[in-house]
Amino acid sequence: MTDSAYIQSGRAAQETEGDERTLPKPANSVQLSIEGMTCASCVSTVERALSAVPGVQTASVNFAAEQAAVQLDPATPVSALIAAVDSAGYTAGNMTDGQDGQSDQESHERRYKELMRKFWFAAGVSLPVIYFSYPQIFPGVPAMGSAALDLIWGGMAVLTFAVMVWSGSHFFTGAWAAFKHRSANMNTLIAIGISAAWLYSTVALLFPGFFPEERLRDVFFDVTSVVTAFVVLGSALEIRARARTSEALKKLIGLQAKTARVLRDGDETEIPIDQVIVDDVVSVRPGEKIPVDGIVVGGASFVDESMVTGEPIPSEKTEGSSVIGATINTTGAFRFVATRVGRDTMLSQIIGMVRDAQGSKAPIQRTVDKVSGYFVPAVMIGAILTFMAWFTVGPAPAIVYAVITAVTVLVIACPCALGLATPTSLMVGIGKGAENGILIKSGDALETAHRIDTVVLDKTGTVTQGKPQLTDVVVLGEYDEVEVLHLAASAELDSEHPLGEAIVSGARARDIRPTNPSEFRAEPGHGIVATVGARRVVLGNLKFMADQSVHAGLAEAALEKLSDEGKTAMVVGIDGDLAGVVAVADTLKPDSLAAIERMHEMGLQVVMLTGDNQRTAAAIGRQVGIDRVMAEVLPGDKANQIRLLQAEGRVVAMVGDGINDAPALAQADVGMAMGTGTDVAIESGDVTLVKGSLTSVVTAIALSQATIRNVHQNLVGAFAYNALGIPVAAGLLYPFFGVLLSPLIAGAAMAFSSVTVVTNANRLRSWKPPAPLEVRA
Amino acid sequence: MSTVIVNVVGVGLISLIVWYFWMSKPSGTSAGIRSGTQEAYIVVKGGYSPDTIRVKAGMPVKLMFNRQEADPCSETVVFDAFGISAELPEEETVAVEFTPTEAGNFEFSCQMGMLRGTVVVT
Repeated sequence: MTDSAYIQSGRAAQETEGDERTLPKPANSVQLSIEGMTCASCVSTVERALSAVPGVQTASVNFAAEQAAVQLDPATPVSALIAAVDSAGYTAGNMTDGQDGQSDQESHERRYKELMRKFWFAAGVSLPVIYFSYPQIFPGVPAMGSAALDLIWGGMAVLTFAVMVWSGSHFFTGAWAAFKHRSANMNTLIAIGISAAWLYSTVALLFPGFFPEERLRDVFFDVTSVVTAFVVLGSALEIRARARTSEALKKLIGLQAKTARVLRDGDETEIPIDQVIVDDVVSVRPGEKIPVDGIVVGGASFVDESMVTGEPIPSEKTEGSSVIGATINTTGAFRFVATRVGRDTMLSQIIGMVRDAQGSKAPIQRTVDKVSGYFVPAVMIGAILTFMAWFTVGPAPAIVYAVITAVTVLVIACPCALGLATPTSLMVGIGKGAENGILIKSGDALETAHRIDTVVLDKTGTVTQGKPQLTDVVVLGEYDEVEVLHLAASAELDSEHPLGEAIVSGARARDIRPTNPSEFRAEPGHGIVATVGARRVVLGNLKFMADQSVHAGLAEAALEKLSDEGKTAMVVGIDGDLAGVVAVADTLKPDSLAAIERMHEMGLQVVMLTGDNQRTAAAIGRQVGIDRVMAEVLPGDKANQIRLLQAEGRVVAMVGDGINDAPALAQADVGMAMGTGTDVAIESGDVTLVKGSLTSVVTAIALSQATIRNVHQNLVGAFAYNALGIPVAAGLLYPFFGVLLSPLIAGAAMAFSSVTVVTNANRLRSWKPPAPLEVRA
Repeated sequence: MSTVIVNVVGVGLISLIVWYFWMSKPSGTSAGIRSGTQEAYIVVKGGYSPDTIRVKAGMPVKLMFNRQEADPCSETVVFDAFGISAELPEEETVAVEFTPTEAGNFEFSCQMGMLRGTVVVT
């Protein structure tokens, strides 16, 4: 009895159909494997046991599949279900990602070892067979037709038969299984090839009368054993190489913490990770792995989030910061409240998304699939035609040439290279993305991304920080800068306006501590009036100053200059006199300039889309070198602007926050949702950028280009191999140059062509994101 | 004489290959209904048995795959039209669930496209 695994994939399907609608969050569903059920009545026993567990809503057991599907409250631990099944006399197991990866690896390793044993046997038999097959190379072989040689060949016939039925057994079982499904694959070709060579040789040996001419009595036992050895070795190497293609996913799965230290009933207890529930308070010590997602409620530290976001610099965590499960705490200690556990954690979502994406198909593969459906039977037909041609018009001994060329055609054709070309590169490319904080949703998205020629950036939160910051303090009266800022910040201390908050935090950042105003009045859209200590402070626009009898004519030049720079400026008046101007602005993200320059270098046109006024937008656009600014675009109109760009024949990537920009992301050819850490709405775009910087956009596009280039190399290689190899194997060169391809070389070529494809895909593993440009500030 | 025989046999074999692999297709199996879900059990061994599943639109479908071979080719099953894929560990049963909304033929295959099956939605 083996474990049963269960994958709930319905979620993915629903989301594809549901477009942008948010689905109601379902109760947790858990899949258990149930062992020990011997009869149908066991089903109801197990169902009853599961239903009796508090918090279980429904439990349904499938006897044939030996599984139970349980819907339960998120608070109910899976261990309670397992215990309930155990006490009913059966064994239950929970499918977790970790175990899944483990068993995969074990089965690959088992398969590899088995293939290597088969290879060594085939190789061992091949050596003497080759020795006797080539008397022109190896002298001392008894003369053809002698009794001694017949005896030796008899022995070889038996040994190569053993190679065929043991080392090559999977060719025959695989071919037969496929044959029953009216399909054919590589196994079919190899099985027919090696058995045809063996059968012909054995008939030639046992019934020499069939072939009157002595020359016809050539035997090809070497073809059977050597081709088997090569192809088996090739399969073994391919398994090793393919295991490496999914290494990135395995690494992600391996990141999951095993236990968590939670505070329950006042005590700190270490519990398995699957028992952590939402609202548990989790304690994290220095150097420990953060078990689940949550929000810090006490303590402070720096956390290394590189494994999830790709960001190498540890990020600071204080009260209120969100933390991501599987990231590593550095030196501080803190406690946090769990907000997402189990399948809902960011890491689980990333794993799910990477796995789905790696299993998806790129459009290019759909074309290849059509070809590969016809490929193997077509090769079989080709082999028959080759046989007929050589038998009919070929030189004597016609049957020898016919057999050898037909076998060579069967053996050289490599459907595997074609089939592996796209998925292996995709696996590596998508895995590589995940390592760099770039989550690519599907092969479709990856393939489209490499064709992007226009990148549309949402301004706020994408190019800029998305939070206004104090940028300028201009002194225009008798007060110095510190006094102006102190009074302005104190006046704004109680303000809830983002501009006011920016002034307050800007003052604090300059070590100025605002004092509480004794009086505060805001006139929305105009300004504020406050009393700070003995002074009356007025903050607002020019009109507001006039209303408050502050002569602010001198401020006009400064206001003009600051607005030209895209900043929001406010006049400060103290005790009825003009004191200065303070300005706040949404500042650029540190790497925006370098990233946009890199986009230009890649030949991309960069467009900025914003609801801001033309002046502010143009100012930001100038600072970072945007090619085209679309300002004063209403949120609902963003998708339409994308449509207009597409109408110009552009392939458009839209980069936005994934929540407000959802329709625009959906309209774009590739929607890139950008966010920082847990804020990011995974799956809202075709590509999710976890790191929240424009550099990730560059990396994502560069990665898609590298991956698709790799796919093309593989496909061109695989097609060219088959397109050249098969005619040469059929003997097309013979009439012109008198050359025939040896079936042994054909076997080796076929075995290593698929290994080559996988190895080429693995080259992508050493791909590095383009280095950031040095940009003068 | 032998040339004629060889060529006649050759043409015959070619016709057989064309007919067997490309022309005829089996009619498929209808999924059974159990507590509101259309279920079918599919053995993965050199191909999908059965490889044509008939289901109705609008009702959840649950296909349970049991892979009974070590050949890594059949490791992943991909439902391209539904955006679903699943790893099929050897000797384990893995369920793939989705709800088809419209009628049509939807292909599923291994990742390399060598093993194929069809979900016929009516």
